[in-house]
Amino acid sequence: MSTRTLPVKQNFAAARNACKLCTPLGACLALSGIDGAIPLLHGSQGCSTYIRRFLISHFREPMDIASSNFGERAAIFGGSENLQAALGNVAKGYSPSMIGVCTTCLSETIGDDVPMILREFTGKAQSHPILTHASTPSYRGTHFDGFVSAIRSVVDSLAQGGQRDAGLVNVIPGMVSPADVRHLKEIVRDFGLRCVLLPDYAQRLDGPSWSEYHKLPAGGTTLDEIRSMGSAAATLELSSVTDPAHSAGGLLESRHGVPRNALDLSIGIGASDELLESLSRLSGRSVPAEYQEERGRLVDSYVDAHKYVFDKRAVIYGEEDLVIALARFCCEIGVRPVLCASGGHSGKLAVEIARVAPECGTRVMEDVDFEEICDAARDAAPDLLIGSSKGLKLSRDLQLPLVRVGFPIHDRIGASRVQTLGYRGTQQLFDRIVNTLLERMQDMNEVGYSYI
Amino acid sequence: MGVSISIPVLDQRQAQIHVTGEGPVRMACEKQSLAGSVSQRACVFCGSRVVLYPIADALHVVHGPIGCAAYTWDIRGSMSSGPQLHRMSFSTDLREQDVIHGGEKKLERALVELIEEYSPKAAFVYSTCIVGLIGDDVEAICRKVSARTGIDVIPVHSEGFAGSKKDGYSAACRAISRLIGTGDVTDIPKLSINILGEFNIGGEAWVIRDYYQRMGVQVVSTMTGDGRVDDIRRAHGASLNVVQCSGSMKELAKLMKEQHGVPFVHVSYFGIEDMSKALYDVADHFHDAGLMRNAREIVAKEVAAIMPELRRYRAALQGKKAAVYTGGAFKAFSLVRSLRTLGMKTVIAGSQTGNPQDYQRLADLCDPGTILLDDTNPLELAKFIQQTGADLLIGGVKERPIAYKLGLAFCDHNHERKVCLAGFSGMVNFAREVYSSTCSPVWKFVPRKREVAS
Repeated sequence: MSTRTLPVKQNFAAARNACKLCTPLGACLALSGIDGAIPLLHGSQGCSTYIRRFLISHFREPMDIASSNFGERAAIFGGSENLQAALGNVAKGYSPSMIGVCTTCLSETIGDDVPMILREFTGKAQSHPILTHASTPSYRGTHFDGFVSAIRSVVDSLAQGGQRDAGLVNVIPGMVSPADVRHLKEIVRDFGLRCVLLPDYAQRLDGPSWSEYHKLPAGGTTLDEIRSMGSAAATLELSSVTDPAHSAGGLLESRHGVPRNALDLSIGIGASDELLESLSRLSGRSVPAEYQEERGRLVDSYVDAHKYVFDKRAVIYGEEDLVIALARFCCEIGVRPVLCASGGHSGKLAVEIARVAPECGTRVMEDVDFEEICDAARDAAPDLLIGSSKGLKLSRDLQLPLVRVGFPIHDRIGASRVQTLGYRGTQQLFDRIVNTLLERMQDMNEVGYSYI
Repeated sequence: MGVSISIPVLDQRQAQIHVTGEGPVRMACEKQSLAGSVSQRACVFCGSRVVLYPIADALHVVHGPIGCAAYTWDIRGSMSSGPQLHRMSFSTDLREQDVIHGGEKKLERALVELIEEYSPKAAFVYSTCIVGLIGDDVEAICRKVSARTGIDVIPVHSEGFAGSKKDGYSAACRAISRLIGTGDVTDIPKLSINILGEFNIGGEAWVIRDYYQRMGVQVVSTMTGDGRVDDIRRAHGASLNVVQCSGSMKELAKLMKEQHGVPFVHVSYFGIEDMSKALYDVADHFHDAGLMRNAREIVAKEVAAIMPELRRYRAALQGKKAAVYTGGAFKAFSLVRSLRTLGMKTVIAGSQTGNPQDYQRLADLCDPGTILLDDTNPLELAKFIQQTGADLLIGGVKERPIAYKLGLAFCDHNHERKVCLAGFSGMVNFAREVYSSTCSPVWKFVPRKREVAS
């Protein structure tokens, strides 16, 4: 069997329950991982408010996103005045070290020249935070593209070249959970390497309670760390689909000669091995014993549970990189990824799924919505769904269990603590998948065995 | 008093903050949010979507790039007793090529296909920011599709930047008014009402409807909670519009008065006092002794049923301080009263969309020293919460992390909640919500500084 891309039942012109969000959301999330930075959306007030609400529903942490707050006048005459007023007020109110300006469909459509407006502002202001600009109209790409664009814009503005620092590694992990961010940094450090991980929202979006309000939560990749990225020994970009021409890793390679290693998201033994091998090569050290032990326990658990998962059929959806990594992991444990779907449209999903899940007969759908996924899933006779909370309707319609992974998870607590990366994250994900299937078996069984 | 706060208030925001008892209330409200202030408000589109969303047998199509539809997909607690079409998110998902060449053809095809697939009773087409800019004639497309499919296809002029959330309410009311007057009203009795501005969050409209029906008043339509297109068509046959909330559907009530001669009264269903008044005002309007007697009986019975439980909560909550930040100011009035019922004091009260009269009324209602806020933001809320030593914040999901990070209780009173907080039974739910957060044992672990003088 090979990978197939089939037309869906009916190709509706409308999106019905989208399997994606808009570009500026991803940009705002990425900017929240930079120390002292605040995102500013150049557009209507609603964009920032809706995106704040959506991100808060997942992370359950403060998420302040400023807006230039277009009115009718700005839509006709241009938003320069509004944007400059917003920059001034955000600087005064939040004392940020950086303001990340991102456009919206509105400011892009009226053709505001944001770089020029920023120059005008910096020319007048006596002192001001660092300003970056990402072009993120919501009609181009998805939230993941916005995430990638914002990271690249920051690296573009700040990263400097310099003497190659053999002990420094850049890690650009994509939209992973704060717990995964924390673990990735730990892994790199355990190889004796220093790490600039961008964006590092581990603390800002999963932090402790406060005694006093923080205007901007502490934590994040520092501006100095971002400056140093141009002199790192390598960039590990955990993305299978991102075009280096649009990514921060690609920019660091072409402008500063930092080699870019594109890896799959490190879900599963194979992908985690690759990450650790890369770090081993960069550090000249062998994989620390602790990780070898972790890997050993993971393999042991694979063996203990293999019969419960073998030949089960999974529907996987979400951002393309996540879908690819999950499909690879599923194949590793004997689960068949029968349907892999994404609202993203890099054009690479089918090829990548064929690479990581050959001989699975996987149906691959890119640029689809949840209703299309639902139609295809009915035909795929799956046993479980793996993806975000947005698959709940699908799960209820098809009476199938849903293992929540990715973004958003806003019908459960603990989205920030969902781990999937490395042997440790894989262990957690594996246990959740197996236990979901066992619970299903108990629920569907009249006897309800209490001992399995 | 209180901890030292290093959060500055922007100069241009000063006129939207008032401390009661310190001079006359001159709130500089009803204006566009200050750029860069991180307002908690949304946009015109949001206002329209809030009002129309619960109409459960209509098709709701958002014309624009994907975000606006994605962020409003099934996020509200508006329940339907039948069709669930409103919980689907439909978007024309405009792409770069559509922006260049126009989105009319895509919109037309989308509408025709969706109407064929889902057989809605009517369709609403929401314009988003860029629709006007790229020159799409949404009115013309709606007319064309309406002629082809035989259902009302109604444009909603909700471009995000074209005003505030309130303008979105107006756009939605104008859209609904196109349906009103198109249904048969021959069998509607004199003692009949429409319920306006009630969105059936957690089944609230059902609770309210039940009270009115027990009184002896027929409810012709609920707009828009558990709403149905055919009920709305005959809404002009009701004798009275009972309008909740200061902003969202007042315009429709005014339009119906002008166009169909239906008078209206303002009510609120939150808290014992306001809920009771909402029943008495309707009885009063009809000058009907039987209705008034029934209303009194309902109030007596319902209040008696909830008082034992309320007293328990009140004993635990007595003397605690609350901060209230709502969308409309009317809800803030009700909350101040409800909190008083629970023995609590309101120390901060604000709204996104209040007008000068609303703030005057709020000032009159609150104790001296209460901080009133118009169109506030996270930093100001945090500053004043710390300054006043509030124990509880009432707001929506956007306000929740401010409370939780600072280690104080929170009650969700926005449209995303799933709990019924209206009516007498809703008052108990409200008290339970407040109690279960305020009196949770978890707060003993949080590091919040509580140095405020009592």
